[in-house]
Amino acid sequence: MSLRRILTTLAVSLLSSATAWSGEWAKLSEDGVHDPRGPAIGLLQQPGDALSNLPGDGAGNQVHWIKALRSGVIRPRPNIDPAREDRRLDKDIYLDLYGSMPSVRFPHLAHTEWLDCTNCHDQLFLPKRGANGISMFLILQGQQCGVCHGAVAFPLTECSRCHSVRNHIAQRIVAELEAEEARKAAGGGSKEAGSADAPRGAPAKPPKDARGGAR
Amino acid sequence: MRLRHPRAPWRSALALVAAVWIGSIGTSGEARAEYADVVINNYSDAAGMRPVIFPHWFHRIRFRCKVCHADLGFQFKAGGNEINMVKIIDGQFCGACHNGDIAWSVENCNLCHSGKPGTPTQVHESTIQKLAIQPQAGGQQ
Repeated sequence: MSLRRILTTLAVSLLSSATAWSGEWAKLSEDGVHDPRGPAIGLLQQPGDALSNLPGDGAGNQVHWIKALRSGVIRPRPNIDPAREDRRLDKDIYLDLYGSMPSVRFPHLAHTEWLDCTNCHDQLFLPKRGANGISMFLILQGQQCGVCHGAVAFPLTECSRCHSVRNHIAQRIVAELEAEEARKAAGGGSKEAGSADAPRGAPAKPPKDARGGAR
Repeated sequence: MRLRHPRAPWRSALALVAAVWIGSIGTSGEARAEYADVVINNYSDAAGMRPVIFPHWFHRIRFRCKVCHADLGFQFKAGGNEINMVKIIDGQFCGACHNGDIAWSVENCNLCHSGKPGTPTQVHESTIQKLAIQPQAGGQQ
């Protein structure tokens, strides 16, 4: 009896996972945009052949691209122009603190692993919290975050991936960050005087506390 | 700091049922291109070539977004780059890699020009494509 139950559970779970992940990458010949009679159809790589080996996800390409990148399963080249530095920024921005949805945590790190600063700044976003009039109306029309999310990055059906932090927690984090910035601004003059004592020629280091005030 | 709360078991069960249901919708629908496949048909149809299909999934396994969108200057807009074969042969846009050195060279016309004739320029499966009026139905993308 108990064996039967175990087997049933196993069968149900296998079936359900198979339904959710059953090689849903359409073949190129059946994807609706490739010409099934074209000469390339037998030569091009099938999405399922490449993507089924990558960390899975429930939306978009069914690939968790950040996991794929960070786990080293894929090693995409960071540049082709050797003059452009491969810049990263580890700084979370908290947005939409008082809405009816949970607040948004925007992780610069995940974005700069793929993109360059100039891709968003300043033509899509001014680098100042609250200065951009971000709205879902515009995003759904393919502007702001919607330039990528809903076109190539995870789609706009994945609300909770951005709206991921409860409002009161985000409000507290932002309040801490703002207090810290105010402290820095107030102590800015004396700090500058202190930096004159720094060894000559030492490279100016960026502040190390860019990590979203968690400490 | 606790940002998530543990899920109640009934929630997981509900999520599973929803996932299976949504999964079955996805498979029962008609065949679809891969998310973020770009069809570029600015000049192809008029020139008697099949439209170009650019698969983002294939390229992002090998290159980060910034390679094309920062180094090579591709705008974030399907069909918004005024790409033509003269520029490609000159080493611009696709031609920065499709030169027989990094990737296949331009003689392999059909590998890129592989779309169904008459397919309009678009980002396939994009949210805007799903919500907005289709270009065939009189909309413009």
